Amino acid sequence: MKLIFEKSVPGRIGVDVGATDEDALKLINSRFLRRIDTMLPEVSELDVIRHYIKLSQLNFSVDTHFYPLGSCTMKYNPKANEAVSGLPGFADLHPFMSYIDEDSVQGSLEIIYRLSSLLAEITGMKGVTTQPYAGAHGELTGILLMEAYHKSRGNKKKYVIVPDEAHGTNPASAAMGGYSVKSIPVDRDGGMDVDLFRKAMSDEVAGIMLTLPNTLGMFHRRICDIVEIARKYDALLYNDGANLNAILGKTRPGDIGFDIVHMNLHKTFSTPHGGGGPGAGVVAVSEKLTEFLPTPVIGRKKKGNYYLDFNLKNSIGCMASFFGNFAILVRAYAYIMMLGKEGLVDVSEKAVLNANYIRVKLKQYYDLPYDHTCMHECVFSAKRQVKKSGVHAIDIAKALIERGIHPPTIYFPLVVDEALMVEPTETESKETIDQFVEAMIEIANLAESDPDRIKNAPNNTPVSRPDETRAARELKLTCQQ
Amino acid sequence: MARFTPHTEQDTRQMLEAIGVTSIDKLFEDIPDNLRAKSFQLPEGKTENETVKIFNDLARRNRTDYISFLGGGYYDHFIPAAVSTVSSRSEFYTAYTPYQPEASQGTLRAIFEYQTMIAGITGLEFANASLYDGGTALYEAMAMAVRANNRRKVLIDAGVNPLFRRIVKTYVINIDIEIVEVDLDDIRTDKEKLASMLDDETAGLIVQNPNFFGIVEDYEDLFIRAREKGIVSVLVFYPLSLGILKTPGEMKADIAVGEGQSLGLPLSFGGPYLGLMAVDKKFLRKMPGRIVGETIDRNGKKAYVLTLQAREQHIRREKATSNICSNQALCALRAVVYLSLIGKEGFRKTALICMERSEYCKNALRAIKGLEIVSGPTFNEFTAVLPGAAEKFLKKMLAAGFAAGLPASLFYKDKARHLIISATEKRTTDEIERFAAAVKKVLS
Repeated sequence: MKLIFEKSVPGRIGVDVGATDEDALKLINSRFLRRIDTMLPEVSELDVIRHYIKLSQLNFSVDTHFYPLGSCTMKYNPKANEAVSGLPGFADLHPFMSYIDEDSVQGSLEIIYRLSSLLAEITGMKGVTTQPYAGAHGELTGILLMEAYHKSRGNKKKYVIVPDEAHGTNPASAAMGGYSVKSIPVDRDGGMDVDLFRKAMSDEVAGIMLTLPNTLGMFHRRICDIVEIARKYDALLYNDGANLNAILGKTRPGDIGFDIVHMNLHKTFSTPHGGGGPGAGVVAVSEKLTEFLPTPVIGRKKKGNYYLDFNLKNSIGCMASFFGNFAILVRAYAYIMMLGKEGLVDVSEKAVLNANYIRVKLKQYYDLPYDHTCMHECVFSAKRQVKKSGVHAIDIAKALIERGIHPPTIYFPLVVDEALMVEPTETESKETIDQFVEAMIEIANLAESDPDRIKNAPNNTPVSRPDETRAARELKLTCQQ
Repeated sequence: MARFTPHTEQDTRQMLEAIGVTSIDKLFEDIPDNLRAKSFQLPEGKTENETVKIFNDLARRNRTDYISFLGGGYYDHFIPAAVSTVSSRSEFYTAYTPYQPEASQGTLRAIFEYQTMIAGITGLEFANASLYDGGTALYEAMAMAVRANNRRKVLIDAGVNPLFRRIVKTYVINIDIEIVEVDLDDIRTDKEKLASMLDDETAGLIVQNPNFFGIVEDYEDLFIRAREKGIVSVLVFYPLSLGILKTPGEMKADIAVGEGQSLGLPLSFGGPYLGLMAVDKKFLRKMPGRIVGETIDRNGKKAYVLTLQAREQHIRREKATSNICSNQALCALRAVVYLSLIGKEGFRKTALICMERSEYCKNALRAIKGLEIVSGPTFNEFTAVLPGAAEKFLKKMLAAGFAAGLPASLFYKDKARHLIISATEKRTTDEIERFAAAVKKVLS
């Protein structure tokens, strides 16, 4: 398939933008003007539509394929959420109007205020900022909140502790926020090793970042010990809420003792992943951190009017230009509104049910390094297949693609060799999951009887396996026309 | 109540049996009793019908019935219908990061085209797959500058969007980087002062074109001087202005970042937006964020993949170029469709019409007594000085049906009477005349 540039024909236009007055250019000194070509294509509207609709058909997506990508919570995205987020009253609203005339933006401010209250209740926290644009952005916000908290107490700390099963963004965010990272291994049960953690603790530790349930799909059974140890050193507990989908209404980060949690609205609260973004990484904090939140926060006056509050004396500042990805917040609010209390509890129950069903159905075919009841996802290993026939996790992933199923997350978490991390989500039916189980069993069998079939997969996709080494070595990052 | 879980009672029973437990509660036994949720006070669920009604009411409680001359880095541009037709394809919007290239060629190709177009409009060699927004992109550019030459001081012109500057200052609260804000000469960027401040301790220089007050500049000479001192030049740009204005590449900027909202994205009360980044080739490997590259598959067919991943957090962890692990793929898709639709000629013409309308607006306002238009070359935004404080004036204008602009006093304390006014290609000459008539009436 050609690129859009290769379809370009001089003189063709997609939209007529209207007539221009070339004399207007004389109003500006020519040294301020562009002299080089833009390299933009010249194509008709139909060319554009056909090109991009055809591109869309080259994708796997939740709406077309089962997508059990571990740690990403690829649940169904209800269409009502899309519809309401695009209402002209939201889509056409200039964010600076909130600075100029609060009365004219009350609908939007109410959404941010109410969504924040709901998310505070869901997490057991006191304060919320909707500014972070993504999970990693929420992490950085949390790290800066830690710094502000310790600074207010006259402390300058040096380290952030991260278990080695954590998502790579955790150490990257801690480093970006100015801390050195101490990495702690997991123990036999798949949780951060508490003894090693205790040894690593000191007054110089600003905080601990924990994913709960963790990336192995386990609820850390010694979490209380970790909280207690952290408190002794006045270290803050950060909860990477990537896996919040497992625990809605069951437990809350605030009740456990966490001080900060980020939520990926594009995971737990069903906003679409958009091919890699936009998401939203809302952060909630305990009482003692509310004074440090980024501004503006949305307040509510006695008469019920909403307003922008910039008067947080100890605020870290601003993480986003305005209120975060507002249109994503609208979707998440609609989702929570539709599901309500019982619906959200049901989400976690069915997510955990689906994951455990897969765990027991597949554990005789694939190694399960941490064989224990899981939460919303389970992590297998392809070690057995590697040993027997040289079939790796990546080969299994490609064989699934050949069977019309998006693969699990592979080679993560790093603490499991040849990891296959499966997160089915609650929106998938037993029939779909049974089909996945059958496909995985078929692949396990073929890995023994005819491994080359698996190693050469996929054969029915728009492209077969790309040469990634070549891509990195002979860099071609733009179309050379 | 809407439920998006398809399990029948029989399904649940069969699945529990297969797992070997008697109830769903058993699956949650790892959560100790003392850690169970102490509260979960949420409203009852609502039907889709009820929910949509509530949102319709909320949307109506926002006013959008005025004619807007409000910009400040975020603009009311026309968006052709075909942009939303493509971005509402759920094969695009319900997919995730294209880790599996065989199942994601659609997203990957669109990003590759996007990278090409952003490089093309900026006149620089390479672009990444996008960042969160303009402000966060500016931070990433600044961090690249600091990494490039290991110096700690960054000069940032006060004509750079104040929201972007606020983000940058927040990001560095716990890292050893000195941000020096350089004052404007009235509303113009003071190039001489900036040039005099370029020294051996300076890592980077950040300016914006047009600046926050709308003034257009040519920074080529300044950037050349910076380069001689090993200083990284960062230009904050307004993508649509590049239809006619000198590009970051022509000015010899090392890194260009901008807010991509003007490329087919609705205003949406602040997001989602699109962080644009393009770089000179020597900065390619220091660039954060996703990058798509072209290669071939096993059969020699062209294929697209995420590449240069050794820079990224999932491999480098705390040593990564940034913590970012996503891009604004769907927003980038809208931008690439928008740019394809308006095309080479439409990109230039749209920019020119923006400038024409803005000039028309200046002329219409010039005739009004008591109001002064600050002189200087501009694109689609300019600054007027009112006879009194801008806030009251704006309320009256809003009552008359116009969002009249952005009061500079929000960010510049010494500019209580300055109003930043923008006119895009969407404003008709008739609307502009009505606007001028309303301004005259309010001021009289």
